Amino acid sequence: MAKKSSRDRLSNEVNAGSMADIAFLLLIFFLVTTTIVEDKGVLVRLPPWSEEEPDVLKFNKRNVYSILVNANNDLLVRGEPSDVESLKDDIKEFIMNPKKREDYAESSKDAIVSFKNDRGTEYEKYLEVYNEVMAAYNELRDEVANSKFGKDYEFLDKNQRNEVKEIVPMKLSEAEPTSFGEE
Amino acid sequence: MSKFEKKRGKSSPAISTASLPDIIFMLLFFFMMVTVMRDSSLKVSVVTPSATELTKLEKKSLVNYLYIGKPTAEYVPEAGNKSRLQLGDKFADTDDIPLFLENHRQKVDERQRGLITSSLRVDKATTMGIVGDVKTALRKSGQYKVNYSAKKRAE
Repeated sequence: MAKKSSRDRLSNEVNAGSMADIAFLLLIFFLVTTTIVEDKGVLVRLPPWSEEEPDVLKFNKRNVYSILVNANNDLLVRGEPSDVESLKDDIKEFIMNPKKREDYAESSKDAIVSFKNDRGTEYEKYLEVYNEVMAAYNELRDEVANSKFGKDYEFLDKNQRNEVKEIVPMKLSEAEPTSFGEE
Repeated sequence: MSKFEKKRGKSSPAISTASLPDIIFMLLFFFMMVTVMRDSSLKVSVVTPSATELTKLEKKSLVNYLYIGKPTAEYVPEAGNKSRLQLGDKFADTDDIPLFLENHRQKVDERQRGLITSSLRVDKATTMGIVGDVKTALRKSGQYKVNYSAKKRAE
């Protein structure tokens, strides 16, 4: 009788009841030490640094779309007060110039968007304007890609992308900020 | 009578908890996949602005983070209440950026050094002055790929 019970004990399984607790401990450890980062953002390529001021005068005035954002977060677009909402459509029309207006870009290849801000400009406003410019270019590239290849820009292969890029090159120039309204 | 007893006898076994560890492990692996180890605790408060034209940062090892924002309440005596730059886990000036970039560059495989991206996590209320200085410092040290961290804007 006693023999039988000891053999029974040998054949017993390891108790897995505490496994859940151990897993819970690990889970809680990872919850505490890690973060879910939203790793998204507006990707920008900065120009190389050069000491001398870029020569703005060499461009034809009609090809330059100047945006100024001052320390009060007001916009001045080509000498006229403006707002962010109308910016995207305005830039698109400026670049493509479908009505062949005299004061808009000669062709999409020549168009330049120039962007200047004060040191006191809020970062949120800056990024909002930047985002609108990017959106205008992205939409134009999509339109060109659709009419040429029948697909959105992001689905094109490398050669097709370069072809579209040649038609709508992204020329965005950022001037050094003027020192107004530093906190 | 006998019918009742039989039924009660059958329904009595407890629910098996044998699969509970597996479920918890699944949760554990899920969290291990979607999260990243916290590398530096933030000393500045950063609320990123929202935008629509977003690009996802692909490889974590090729990204270095620069934080700009107002110091949180406990660091105000040390760092003041103006917007500051944080590199790694300490406050820094724009002069420290080249060294910071170089330290990160050393850790990256040589062939991939051209793909390094700087993620600027800037608080939305920051003024452009300090951001412009940081941008100039980045350009001077040859780091041209920059990502302005932002949230997806609901349209």
